[in-house]
Amino acid sequence: MDDLESIKDDALALIESADSLAQLDDVRVKFLGKKGLISRQMKMLGKISPEERPGAGSKINKVRDCVSDALEIKKSALEIEAEMQDLMHDAVDVTMPGRPQRIGGLHPVTRTLSRLNRLFASMGYTVATGPEIEDDWHNFEALNIPSHHPARAMHDTFYFDDGRVLRTHTSPVQIRTMVSEDPPIRIVAPGRVYRCDSDLTHTPMFHQIEGLVVDRDISFADLKGTIITFLNRFFEADLDVRFRPSYFPFTEPSAEVDVQCVMCEGSGCRVCSHTGWLEVMGCGMVHPKVFEHTGVDACSYTGFAFGMGIERLAMLRYGIGDLRLFFENDLQFLNQFHG
Amino acid sequence: MKVSISWLKSLCPTELSVDEIVSRLTMAGLEVDGVQSAAKPFRKVVVGEVISVTQHTDADKLKVCEVSDGLATHQVVCGAANARPGLKAPFAPVGAVLGDDLKIQRATIRGIESGGMLCGADELGLSDERVGLMELPDFVQTGADLAETLALPDDLIEVDLTPNRGDCLSVTGLARELGVLSQTPVQFVRCEPVDSGSSQTHDVKLSAPESCPRYIGRVIENIDVAKPTPLWITERLRRSGIRPIDAVVDITNYVMIELGQPMHAFDREELVGAIDVRMARDGEELVLLDGKKLTLTEDVLVIADQEAPLALAGIMGGERSGISEKTKTVFLESAYFNPITVAGKARRFGLHTDASARFERGVDWRLAERACQRATSLILEICGGISGPVVVTDDEHALPKTQVVYLSHSRIEQQLKISLPSATVQQMLGALGFEIETVDAGFRCIAPSWRFDVSIEQDLIEEIARIYGYNNLPISLPAQALDMASISEAETPLMRLKHYLVDQDIQEVITYSFIDPEMQAILGDGTCGVRLANPIASNLAEMRRSLIPGLIEAVRHNVNRQAPRVRIFETGQCFVPQIDELDQSERVGVAIYGQSTPLHFSIDRLVDFFDLKGIVNGLGMINGCGELTWSPSEHKSFAPGQTASVSLNGEVLGIVGRLHPKLARRLDLPKPLFVADLKLGPLLQGQVTAFKAISRYPRVLRDLAVVVDDAVQWQQIEDAVATLTDDRIRSVELFDVYRGPGVPDGRHSLALSIGLQDPQGTLDDEAIQELIDQVVSVLRENADAELRG
Ligand SMILES: [Zn+2]
Repeated sequence: MDDLESIKDDALALIESADSLAQLDDVRVKFLGKKGLISRQMKMLGKISPEERPGAGSKINKVRDCVSDALEIKKSALEIEAEMQDLMHDAVDVTMPGRPQRIGGLHPVTRTLSRLNRLFASMGYTVATGPEIEDDWHNFEALNIPSHHPARAMHDTFYFDDGRVLRTHTSPVQIRTMVSEDPPIRIVAPGRVYRCDSDLTHTPMFHQIEGLVVDRDISFADLKGTIITFLNRFFEADLDVRFRPSYFPFTEPSAEVDVQCVMCEGSGCRVCSHTGWLEVMGCGMVHPKVFEHTGVDACSYTGFAFGMGIERLAMLRYGIGDLRLFFENDLQFLNQFHG
Repeated sequence: MKVSISWLKSLCPTELSVDEIVSRLTMAGLEVDGVQSAAKPFRKVVVGEVISVTQHTDADKLKVCEVSDGLATHQVVCGAANARPGLKAPFAPVGAVLGDDLKIQRATIRGIESGGMLCGADELGLSDERVGLMELPDFVQTGADLAETLALPDDLIEVDLTPNRGDCLSVTGLARELGVLSQTPVQFVRCEPVDSGSSQTHDVKLSAPESCPRYIGRVIENIDVAKPTPLWITERLRRSGIRPIDAVVDITNYVMIELGQPMHAFDREELVGAIDVRMARDGEELVLLDGKKLTLTEDVLVIADQEAPLALAGIMGGERSGISEKTKTVFLESAYFNPITVAGKARRFGLHTDASARFERGVDWRLAERACQRATSLILEICGGISGPVVVTDDEHALPKTQVVYLSHSRIEQQLKISLPSATVQQMLGALGFEIETVDAGFRCIAPSWRFDVSIEQDLIEEIARIYGYNNLPISLPAQALDMASISEAETPLMRLKHYLVDQDIQEVITYSFIDPEMQAILGDGTCGVRLANPIASNLAEMRRSLIPGLIEAVRHNVNRQAPRVRIFETGQCFVPQIDELDQSERVGVAIYGQSTPLHFSIDRLVDFFDLKGIVNGLGMINGCGELTWSPSEHKSFAPGQTASVSLNGEVLGIVGRLHPKLARRLDLPKPLFVADLKLGPLLQGQVTAFKAISRYPRVLRDLAVVVDDAVQWQQIEDAVATLTDDRIRSVELFDVYRGPGVPDGRHSLALSIGLQDPQGTLDDEAIQELIDQVVSVLRENADAELRG
């Protein structure tokens, strides 16, 4: 059986030297195929004596297993190598630009408004809206601004021929809410407002958010606490806040709110006109006349309201110096506010 | 209102610094907008007197003056046109210092020696205007220290008053507040009655008592209007921003700033018969002091004589009866005009005067007589003359009523969360001029006649809060019963929709709600939009009916700035007139232009209809809103064949399409622009999922190709398949469209992928074939489709 050993050596040598899967298969056919050298050895078993047969059989089987194992090992090595070659062929320059997948962005006014809505929602406020073309009653009369009132002159109102107006503030939404809902009321009303005025620091359209709380026993202290908390949360800083007496026909007492300048932290800069303070909003206790106009029982309920300009807040928050940028819609400006 | 601190301190002699005064007033609601020095600092400047003037030998525009400083004369070269012998003007001798560091030195100007400098008001920082030398009145002492003569240094504060605080439009009003805020006793101006030396009076009739319930008049004869106004008056007026005119006018202006009562002086010789305070007659004309001619209407109050209107009541006097050099006798008016009558008239005529600003806000109706006495005594002192008696004409019933307001302790505690002793409340309000007495559980307060803004308890609460200090009041947060918000799952938050668009690489914009009526007409449906009566510009005159015009403008802005690719959206109210009301509902608009993606080596194409259709269809998928249906549409401003009307559940939402290339070229948009404008409301109405059982058996996909006429729309294919009721046919998708060899002209091939699944079991070949046959046959019947080999 020297023959068998030399077959085995030949087979292992050929397996070792095969450098493709096709060659390897040729080797398999040559030795293990139906007519292969090892298969032929098996067939020749019948020609030897029955006593020798088991010994010879087991020798052949051993050789066959050995060759078969070698084939398998070589096969998987060649497969790995072939796959590697494919991959090398498909290799890319990973530093080249990816297929463009971009996102747009929200307008800074929307971004700011949405943040305000969420801040107030966390305190139980819901969002209310109203029409932008308003009647005189909702925009002025019901807010205790009769036609001869000097405050009307300060509003620079856009009019329509039928006497309606473009709302000059979001306060008419207060009126609509108090007319349609019973206290307790806790709303914010964001939206577009309009003033007939256009220069470096005024655009004829801008945005406000109005807040209104009506409940039993609401006090000026509640108003102060709400505003101070809000400003600190909005600017994410522990800022000084001060209240100055002011005048709005629909609140009494009324206040203007100043916050410590976020640009210079109160030391004085161009943005705060070197006062260290920034005027950011107006507020006050709901005027009894407004309750009377909207059918809220002023004996049982008190309330407060506040209003502020969104662009102003956004300018301070993002350090934008020019109001007009908000409505030019230049993508170089807008792209800076991430989606 | 601009006022000098030294004037203010003459009534309220507080020790507080200017900064502290500014801060106290501001924090009490009288906002001080600005502080400036009344003059630049200067040292050793005196009152100089020009003795003689000769022409400079070597310069046409220069003069050589001999100037006396009271002790010696100096030769001064000067370029001012008003340099003349006898003139008294500020003189800065050698050694004087102007501003911070300009030291006056001996100089030689074009060969002539000059020992000092005659100054203009601008050079001393007293004025912004350059009008030659500052002319000082003759009566000032030559050689006197100028700073002392002019009561310098002084600071000027600009107080920006809210409309309710007309009472502070005077030095007296501000002094009263400052007195309370600084706890300083105020020395109010004493307006002692002036005895009349004559019995001359002028009749007054009140024909419109509601508008003018009180009119006080006084005749002053034999005055000399040429008399100069004393420097202390002109300086105080100048520091309040009022230009001196003549003694009588200066005095009435002075009393207005000092006390708050606007007054008017008529030349009595020009009055024809009795004064009648009446409403104007329609069409009546009046020429004002400034020469402007007005045509009046019935709602305008005038001061008239028996012939014609003399003055616009409370706003401005007329030319005919104004004071002139010839005036010998004046008729002095000090009246109370109803704020409602005056309000808005100044604005209407474009005449914002110091008088109208005060009467509109309300002038103390008890002040008129005292102001009249004050003005009389100043006129007699300065211009001489003899006064007649004060004549008060009034209508008791039409005069403002005294306001009695009750204030309770409990209200103070409830609103401000402080409890104050009665004495403190009484002291606070008392110092502001309220008459106050304690009653059960609170106070009975009578508001002073100058406080038009106080009529209810809350007004008093504000006064107490103001004086106590807003920033000293306690702080809390509203108590709230714990409740849980109701959050509708079917309602899609607007922010969800915005985030979807942002994630499609679309940038949000905000455009004006008023647009160019011409663009609206071009892009609209032929009906009109709502026009503003007073637009800010003709191209911002009409309220938008759609978001498209604004989006196009925003695209243009960016394309003009070389943006290769613009993808923007906006949401907001649009304004569509309906038969009997105005539809102001919200819409959403999208515009895409230029490259389909940012530049990349693997992709290079422009956006097309299907890009925008895909984006818009996505809107319908948010929160299970519903599948949008598309049908071809036409519009003169859109490209034919690339424009569709979009509906949801049978309701038309709007239009999606390509802007007509002709219009796009006109707008300098060379590449295709696709726009969408849709109703927003229905797109925010989603639905709560109703779960359907899922099949455990495999899903089979079979492809087939059918050939149809070009006239057949894809929608027909979808609709046809939808008529099949066999629920094992799950989906039909289009994956290829082919025209060319193998397909007849006028027809095209559609490659479909049919999804099949049986909820009850695995589909065998026979069942699959049977289902495919159903699809083929329904397409043959409904769309004349033939199976492609
Ligand atoms: Zn600052």
